Amino acid sequence: MTDKPKFAMYWAASCGGCEIAVLNIHEKILDVDKNFDVVFWPVAMDAKYKDVEKMQDGEILLTLFNGSIRNQENEHIAKMLRQKSKLLVAFGSCANEGCIPGLANFYTKKQIFDTVYSTPTTDNPEGTRPQFNFEVPEGKLSIPVFNPVLRPLDSVVDVDYHISGCPPESHQIAAVIDVVISVLEGKAELPPKGTHLGVGASTVCDECKRKRNVKQIKYFTRVQEMKEIDPELCLLEQGLICNGPATASGCGALCPAAGAICAGCYGAAPGVLDFGARMVSSLASVVDEKDPRKIDIVMDDIADPAGSFYRFALAGSLLQTGPASWTDN
Amino acid sequence: MTDHFEPLIIGFTCNWCSYRAADMAGTGRVKYPPNIRLVRLMCSGRLDPTFVLKALSSGADGALITGCHPGECHYIEQNYKALRRVHLLKRILKPLGIDPQRVKLVWASAAEGVYLAKEITNFVEEIRALGPLNWPVHTHVSKVKPRQLAEVPR
Repeated sequence: MTDKPKFAMYWAASCGGCEIAVLNIHEKILDVDKNFDVVFWPVAMDAKYKDVEKMQDGEILLTLFNGSIRNQENEHIAKMLRQKSKLLVAFGSCANEGCIPGLANFYTKKQIFDTVYSTPTTDNPEGTRPQFNFEVPEGKLSIPVFNPVLRPLDSVVDVDYHISGCPPESHQIAAVIDVVISVLEGKAELPPKGTHLGVGASTVCDECKRKRNVKQIKYFTRVQEMKEIDPELCLLEQGLICNGPATASGCGALCPAAGAICAGCYGAAPGVLDFGARMVSSLASVVDEKDPRKIDIVMDDIADPAGSFYRFALAGSLLQTGPASWTDN
Repeated sequence: MTDHFEPLIIGFTCNWCSYRAADMAGTGRVKYPPNIRLVRLMCSGRLDPTFVLKALSSGADGALITGCHPGECHYIEQNYKALRRVHLLKRILKPLGIDPQRVKLVWASAAEGVYLAKEITNFVEEIRALGPLNWPVHTHVSKVKPRQLAEVPR
């Protein structure tokens, strides 16, 4: 064992893209290795939960936690890593506001299981569902219980810092690692607790290079329904539902530059309490209709308003979940 | 569900019309149910849909938004903005399991105290019929805060 500070990274309900983003910092990863002792990182190395359990409280200096809290295992590890880490960072959109896994909050646990285990292509004639506890002659088997509501990390444990993005931009991860290393070397101080690292003070629109006019939107459309996209003009003005007005800057407006809408992965811009509400507010403001019936015709163009506006932020929004039952949480 | 349900409604009123209409109802001793709590905004166009979501997620059963009649806005056309916001807001409430009827938009001029009182009475009865919303007041809501920033060198 070395006396280098310890580093951990964990994934809960997530896709693994955050890990790839960390590895994508290229040779900077050598700085991580030079300055830290990587003790726990299920994707990259072999370590057991027991090894972490044996550690002293606060023994790990920095833990990057990506993924949201979907089941009891996620919750257990989140609490354990909180206890063992000095700095716990909610890393990526899942840990911060639920991200794509959070969209399951529109449905109840039963609906989710029915979707997963009874699709037309699923071979499950007996309609078997996972049993969280099961008796076999050899003893009792159990798997982690599935929570009815998916929650972001800071709903479960205290979080020191937040890094946004799906996944976070590699140059920002590198910048954060640089800051932590210079803190270790006594050259800098840690930012105040609760800070969102890497996000800018404005919205994606502010960083977007596209040309913007006074918006007067008469209809909404989807990219697959368009013949061509104007390479210069604001996507919202072309009728595409771009989440730029509600999304925090920091990514460099990469998606709109490539002709794709901003999906909102960097989470709510500063001053925005509820991502979806901000989108309702800004989209409704620029629709150029005054007649209630005509307004409805324009709004009908939006195929899935709740899903589009809350694509990344549902589990971290004010309402947090749809009709899902809260009894177990 | 309790036997006796008294709806709790948050009313967002415009300073230039409906707030004065409510005031007029008061001076005129026109009765309306005490279930509504009025919040005065400078204009219905000031209504951020966040206000409604926060009210509903913090225990309100319904939200009433009132503004000047179309064409009569003190700020030219911000009431149309409120109209569009309410239309779109209702569309995101439904998938979240909230009956869109829990949010209502009413136009009432400063002279329409009696009319506003009647609309409030109707809305309270509509919400009473829908029953309590009982949105789980979860510790989560208190944790939803605007972001704190620190510039990281890029």
